[in-house]
Amino acid sequence: MNTGRIVRLAERDRVEVQFFLDGEMRYALAGDTVLTAMLAPGHALRKSEFGPEPRAGFCLMGACQDCWVWQEAGPRLRACSTPVTGGMRLRTTAPESWP
Amino acid sequence: MSEASSQKVVIVGAGPAGIRAAATLIEAGLHPVVIDEGHRAGGQIYRRPPDGFVRTPGQLYGSEAAKARALHACFDKLVEAGRLTYFARSSVIAVHDRRLHVLEEGCLHVIGYDRLILATGASDRIAPVPGWQNAGVYSLGAAQIALKAQGVALGRRIVLIGSGPLLTLVGAQLLKAGAAVTAVLDTSSWRRQMRGFPGLAARPIVALRGLALRARLGGRYHAGVTVECIEADASCVTAMRWRDPGGRQRITPCDTVGMGWHLRAETHLADLVGCAFAYDEQWQQWLPQTDAMGRAGNGVYLAGDGARLIGADGAEIAGRLAAMACLTDLGHAASPVQADLRKLARLKRFACGLACAFPWPAEMVRTMPDDAIVCRCENITAAAVRDGADFGGGEANRVKSLSRAGMGRCQGRYCHLAAVELVAAQSGCASRDVGRFRGQAPVRPAPVGAFLRED
Ligand code: FES
Repeated sequence: MNTGRIVRLAERDRVEVQFFLDGEMRYALAGDTVLTAMLAPGHALRKSEFGPEPRAGFCLMGACQDCWVWQEAGPRLRACSTPVTGGMRLRTTAPESWP
Repeated sequence: MSEASSQKVVIVGAGPAGIRAAATLIEAGLHPVVIDEGHRAGGQIYRRPPDGFVRTPGQLYGSEAAKARALHACFDKLVEAGRLTYFARSSVIAVHDRRLHVLEEGCLHVIGYDRLILATGASDRIAPVPGWQNAGVYSLGAAQIALKAQGVALGRRIVLIGSGPLLTLVGAQLLKAGAAVTAVLDTSSWRRQMRGFPGLAARPIVALRGLALRARLGGRYHAGVTVECIEADASCVTAMRWRDPGGRQRITPCDTVGMGWHLRAETHLADLVGCAFAYDEQWQQWLPQTDAMGRAGNGVYLAGDGARLIGADGAEIAGRLAAMACLTDLGHAASPVQADLRKLARLKRFACGLACAFPWPAEMVRTMPDDAIVCRCENITAAAVRDGADFGGGEANRVKSLSRAGMGRCQGRYCHLAAVELVAAQSGCASRDVGRFRGQAPVRPAPVGAFLRED
């Protein structure tokens, strides 16, 4: 079931939270950051704007700003320091409406 | 209200230093304001998982569990009793005219102060390694935060590289939790590590504990390695390429690399508030200057790893001392500080031993390939920084504006030291001679909307 980057080693008995990643429904655990939630099934958070490589965060403490991800509506968020919430709609690429 | 208690003291940071500073001020009858970026107080080393997580402090903090528990309880009790004003999840992004600009949930507000205690902590000191821009490369601190605050490993096959106490600690913690750590590569040789011994002997138990952790790594640990590059395919990291002390090339397959060369003091706010800085040979970085108590002048006090990298125990003492200095300056009767100063001196000796045993890899940075990335925010290469130095001369800020290294979203936190090292190498001088990047507000990126809504 879990084929992404993150390996859950502890604290596995938490309630599930449903969210959407690039339009597909996914499950995270309550208390997960957006970064954990996205990298449990996936391998990256976003594409770099300056190179070909995808990015998956770096510092996890709000200092490097590598982990900004898109929401389908509304502002971007810093994945390492934002808890995932039920119904969140996240994207690894900019929404089409973005200029 | 007495003159002293009508003075507004603001503390930035709720790690060991910030919490002890707050408690000391409150004991003297003050009501401080504490601003912290975390969801819950504790800082990085004593970081707490979100509500609903069940691991005990013993599982989370190991030998430091009692200290963590005491610190958390102390702060929670003060908050509950209404003895301080606490802004969690709030970043100070600028300081001007004794006013802090604070970003909280996308909104900007202003908090004035008469006295300011900065306890901003530290983060990993990063040296760029070719390929480090790829997905799956993290700081050592990140690997530790993921484990502590989320109960996860950041990958399925992990290689750790760098040097410093965190390298061993994170390796041992990940293994204990069941993560697949395949190699722990220390760029400091055994001989170099022995040079730190006289200082490390100041805290024999802590030093022995470090060696015991090291033993748990077994054959995964290699000292005196040369890290060459992080290999990656189009989606993520695939291997770490390195040379053992005998010069043999080794390739260790992995999907994740954790890196860090000990610590870098977080000094952006000290810079904005006008503290004097000096290059510290021991720590191989620029550090803000204070007196023994933490006074930086102008009503500003510094405590903890943001001022001197002496670790969590030292941060608790430094927090207390900074608060006492503040109280004395506000006209309170001075409390005895000699015992604390003595303890701090011993911790400093130990910290200097660490700095000596696990040095900044200056040579590795100076000789990095031209096409390697220095600034991870904007993928600026070593060649661009070298060109900047050729064109603009050996001055850090000129090269910064020419190459844009240090102007990305992390504000130079992770490329500063390497960029300065490259500029120095290119200009044929020492790192201290090319200066340092000046801090600039906002020290964290703020959405434009926050400025529009500012109250
Ligand atoms: S990973 Fe560095 S800010 Fe989120």
